[in-house]
Amino acid sequence: MSVEATQTAMTLTDHLPVLQVVVPLVTAPLIVLIGSRRLTWTLAFVASVISFAIAILLLMQVIDGSVISYNIGGWAPPLGIEYRVDAANAFVLLLVTGISTVVLPYARESVRSEIPARHHTLFYAAFMLCLTGLLGVAITGDAFNVFVFLEISSLSTYVLISMGSYRDKRALTASYDYLIMGTIGATFFVIGLGMLYMATGTLNMADLAERIADQGSNRTIRAAFAFIVVGMGLKVAIYPLHLWLPNAYTYAPSAVTTFLAATATKVAIYVLLRFTLSIFQPNFLFQVNTLEFIILPFAILAMFAASFIAIFQTDFKRMLAYSSIAQIGYMLLGISLLSENGLTATVAHLFNHGITKATLFMGVGILVLRAGGSFYNRIQGMGETMPWTSAAIVIGGLSLIGVPGTAGFISKWVLIEATIEKGWWPVSVLIVLSSLLAVIYVWRVIETLYLKAPLAGTDYKEAPLSMLIPMWILALACIYFGFATDVTINAARTAAQGLLAGSAGML
Amino acid sequence: MGFELTQEYTLGHLNYWLFSVLMMTGLYIVVAKGNLVKKIVGLNIFQTSVFMLYISMGKVIGGTAPIFPLDMEIDPDVIYTNPLPHVLILTAIVVGIATTSLGLALIVRIQEEFNTIEEEDLLQIERAIAHSENAIHGEPMGGRA
Repeated sequence: MSVEATQTAMTLTDHLPVLQVVVPLVTAPLIVLIGSRRLTWTLAFVASVISFAIAILLLMQVIDGSVISYNIGGWAPPLGIEYRVDAANAFVLLLVTGISTVVLPYARESVRSEIPARHHTLFYAAFMLCLTGLLGVAITGDAFNVFVFLEISSLSTYVLISMGSYRDKRALTASYDYLIMGTIGATFFVIGLGMLYMATGTLNMADLAERIADQGSNRTIRAAFAFIVVGMGLKVAIYPLHLWLPNAYTYAPSAVTTFLAATATKVAIYVLLRFTLSIFQPNFLFQVNTLEFIILPFAILAMFAASFIAIFQTDFKRMLAYSSIAQIGYMLLGISLLSENGLTATVAHLFNHGITKATLFMGVGILVLRAGGSFYNRIQGMGETMPWTSAAIVIGGLSLIGVPGTAGFISKWVLIEATIEKGWWPVSVLIVLSSLLAVIYVWRVIETLYLKAPLAGTDYKEAPLSMLIPMWILALACIYFGFATDVTINAARTAAQGLLAGSAGML
Repeated sequence: MGFELTQEYTLGHLNYWLFSVLMMTGLYIVVAKGNLVKKIVGLNIFQTSVFMLYISMGKVIGGTAPIFPLDMEIDPDVIYTNPLPHVLILTAIVVGIATTSLGLALIVRIQEEFNTIEEEDLLQIERAIAHSENAIHGEPMGGRA
């Protein structure tokens, strides 16, 4: 370990990595203890803004490819728990805190209409815990710590989803199903970690990478890899393991769906990236085979099967849930290429799809607020009565397809470039074909909103500004990152280089 | 990579055999049982098997409890068991308790709303809801959703 790791942190700036997690963590019980319904939202929002500011400061420190190492409690790694920030996870931290900061102002109105007032304090407390968990998973450099934070975020997610039961009681069964599958996934992950510990005697990620590189592949490590990929696969919703996702996204409160769709699966993908690339070596044959012969076909299957299912939905929200599964396919495809360009595409798509899906789910939330549901025949003709909401939905939809000039285009372009570079041109064709499916399902929404007559007897007003502004911030971000490509691609490339350098990138 | 299935090997790894058996039993219960409470019980067995895995791997042959003498005069000949997996699994136990209680709370709410906790009945109710939704909202798809 280098000298910087043994120095104790002295100033507040040095403590930023731990504050990133501690601020929302402390806010959660504070909200419950204060218990004032008026202060609840303000507290949550302030905590989220502080986290966002910390994430920006952290990203600025590591964007040049350097690494921050923070020892929890002053115990030096590998014995102590280490928080480790590099370009890859600073990027994820920025996405998570950014989305939560934008979602919270939006949530105020949305939650008021969807959840009874007596549960608001607990709702925001669970929201803060979920944020804590996601940030912790992203920032930690200790493999077991990942599991602990993963469970913090998962348990609060189950609670948040079940709060949708005031609108539709199926939220309860959706949450229960997710609880069962999520727990199986997390337990598989722990079994994998146990096997890694058996083989190496350490749980620090950098240390693990070094020791695995030294001893090479053996059966325990291969089994550990399989357990970790399947366990995380459940959280990521890799195609055949996605069964929890459509119901959970459809029946959760709108604000929760927005937050989860933009962050939870993305953080899980980050963990998958970290484990497959930094901890296990990218040239480890068993892993290469797994990615090429298992993950790649499933990713392509997800791109098509989930898109097809999305086309035939009659509920806007459910359609978006299936489209998320398809988009996760693109990210996995980028990982399975195991090249710098492929990973850049994955990291960029992680971010771009995060803001795109958040825009769209916010749109759904507004439609639900006004129309009481998101079924196509409920929302038809709303393009006239709610022009601002509908316009933002169109922007989000275009970015989802990957139309040039939107964020979604950039990451798909890099992904196609990466497949051609690898000589897998049939895969490039498949990416384009599956994007055409996205055209169909997005077109159905646009047609419903603009080309159909509004329902007789409905007189919908435009959404309140507190919901429109966050939605438009994200919609404009979709366009901004479609033109200012350097920002995302450079950050994603630094992240990809850090990840691909494997253990070298961790030291 | 050949290894012989000797008696020593089999008995020596008894903990790990039991771990596999418990793990598969738990998973089987989660998948096969229709009652939601039974699924949670299965999940518990599944998680408990992992506790067993971790505790087994912390065992050092001939090792004693990892507690240093009060005077801190540590005898280098004494072998201590590895306490780290035990500590780790304490965390996992807490997580398991939280999951179980949350799962049971959800079951109570499901019972209140659906009046049943049998998976098949629940599926039937949900199918009926979906069916009635399709009747109203399925028109854009020509009546099917």
